[in-house]
Amino acid sequence: MSKTPLQFRHNGRDVAIFVDGGTNLLVALRELIGDMTPKFGCGQGGCGACSVLIDGEIHLSCLTLAETAAGRSVETLDGMKQGPNLHPLQRAFADNFAAQCGYCTPGMLMAAKALLDRNPQPSRDEVVEAISGNICRCTGYESIINAILAAAGGRASA
Amino acid sequence: MAVTVKTFTSAGEAAGALSSDRSARYLGGGTLVMRALNEGDVSISTVIRANDQALTRIDASGPRVTLGAGVTFARVLAERDLAFLHAPARSIGGPAVRNMGTVGGNLFAQSPFGDFTVALLALDATVAVAGGFGARDVPIEEFLQARDRQAGTLVLSVSCTRPASSEAFRYRKIARIKPKGGAVITLAAHLPVSGGRIAGARIALGSMAPTQIRARAAERALEGRSLDAATIAAAASAATEGTSPSDNALGSAWYRREIVGVHLRRLLSGQE
Repeated sequence: MSKTPLQFRHNGRDVAIFVDGGTNLLVALRELIGDMTPKFGCGQGGCGACSVLIDGEIHLSCLTLAETAAGRSVETLDGMKQGPNLHPLQRAFADNFAAQCGYCTPGMLMAAKALLDRNPQPSRDEVVEAISGNICRCTGYESIINAILAAAGGRASA
Repeated sequence: MAVTVKTFTSAGEAAGALSSDRSARYLGGGTLVMRALNEGDVSISTVIRANDQALTRIDASGPRVTLGAGVTFARVLAERDLAFLHAPARSIGGPAVRNMGTVGGNLFAQSPFGDFTVALLALDATVAVAGGFGARDVPIEEFLQARDRQAGTLVLSVSCTRPASSEAFRYRKIARIKPKGGAVITLAAHLPVSGGRIAGARIALGSMAPTQIRARAAERALEGRSLDAATIAAAASAATEGTSPSDNALGSAWYRREIVGVHLRRLLSGQE
């Protein structure tokens, strides 16, 4: 089976890879580009661990045919930190004990970023809605919701 | 296993390719086909795509609304003129699934999914499909009854008539997880009123049969009557007639039969 050339922007950097037909974007990111921040959870669209931003919109990379990312901008958690500094959302997750095993955290952070990029001052209900496609099996959701609200509040005072 | 991906610029070409290859599936938003590939579905050897702008068009300005098959639920929610479809669109997935999942794909989603299709069934929608021999319009109920045999046809768009008022169209999804979760059951009611009486009642149910179905006995109980307590009670008690729900992790067939009348009564009474 022949491979298909694919180019897209990955965290602000142009990447070019060859993919097998039917390869999903999660596999392309992890196995071909080496970005291990998006996680494989269910492969069914139920857990949100593989969430990435495509042209600024939250998408599930495991249900995205890699070829459909051609020419688009893909952002993952790997691109979130700002040099040596954590992104305010990452800082807020640490300060609010919003991660335990950490497996859902990349997806949670991308879902939270997708929300705050469009709505910098969300209500609690809007935060709940924004992470409703992301499952956490350890901390429960309260600390995650609080962390996102704290990050939004921090932005407002900054 | 690697599959062959074929991308076309026109829906017509994609439809031709789809109809000539039994192992081909059309890729819309990916929430069904990519999931099947991730699960190792070996019945799919070709994935067909189309970059046709017509598939993502929304025409919502007039009384007749047409949604391209590739319109996502996020776009439905962003369209003020589609307010009557916001409740069903919002009831689907989380934000990522709504950015990906499409109106056309939802027609193929099996229980506990396919909620948007329940709304479209209550609205007597028409499905425009293209096969090997050109395009045609199919009533949504007929489309759903033959859904297992639709693999070779490409859905182009779905259209329906805008309800006369927000009261005339009602939607309710029962899920165990809020705000996101698969449906225990899904209900939609279209209740056009003429001279104080219901004329052309449509009740559609999801997860009460292998496909979304109309509750015809409940519709008959409503037809020609005013929406009073006695009429609502009659419709609710007829809600299970003709249904054949299944057991799954979200609920048993028995439970679904027990609750469908309760939720239909609440939907018709305007209760939360």
